[in-house]
Amino acid sequence: MMISCEKAADFCNKKQYNEATWVQRMQLSFHLMICKACSGFSSKNTKLTELCSKATFHALPEAEKKKMKARLQEAGSN
Amino acid sequence: MTAHSLHPETWVDRYADYLYNYTITRLGDEELAKDLVQETFIAGLESAPKFKGNAAERTWLTAILKRKIIDQYRKANSKKGKAEVRMNFSENADRDEDWLEAMAADPDSIRENDSIENVELGLAIQDCIAGLPEKQARVFEMKTMLGMETEDICKELDISPSNLWVIVHRARSALMSCLNDNWFR
Repeated sequence: MMISCEKAADFCNKKQYNEATWVQRMQLSFHLMICKACSGFSSKNTKLTELCSKATFHALPEAEKKKMKARLQEAGSN
Repeated sequence: MTAHSLHPETWVDRYADYLYNYTITRLGDEELAKDLVQETFIAGLESAPKFKGNAAERTWLTAILKRKIIDQYRKANSKKGKAEVRMNFSENADRDEDWLEAMAADPDSIRENDSIENVELGLAIQDCIAGLPEKQARVFEMKTMLGMETEDICKELDISPSNLWVIVHRARSALMSCLNDNWFR
């Protein structure tokens, strides 16, 4: 059974977060074999996942943010 | 073009991480970066009356931060700064015999620039996320950066799973076209 491109995109997104079921993954790969547009989307989408996991994010710890907020509020009320 | 306005109460949540990363790429010092971001917010608040509204909030804050970073470089290059001895041995420096070897560059390493590049990549991604509508940005960050479960995000934002996936789809499509083609090679 052939799935639509919308469905394929949906399954592809879910796959990026390991949330596509086995059936969905099979249906997706069949669709990708015959749909050029979706294969393009799929490979870019996979690459985006890769980029996001490779990127270095230095997140400020929540405690630091709280401190910043407090100091900002203090400065604002003066 | 609509005029921009300032919302200092949202600054920390919306821009702190971005500005922090921006500083780390340029100064490579987390402590210092933290201080500069804090100072930037305070300075922004003080000069808020002078904000004319022709730049987006973040652009404006980044401009303030940029000046602070430049000042930092100046300070480091002043006579007094030069007189300070700054040595940065690796963490294992007290295991006396091999610190010199540990400090030497590995000629075979192809990963030398990786960490720099990855911080830059992180900035590029954050830059693109900042251009998304707020809800898309929020959902994407929760899902991708924080790795939250679909169910938890739905609960927190009070949306349905199919709704979430539509938002994720829009965010991802926008990011794919926003991120420079160079990253996709």
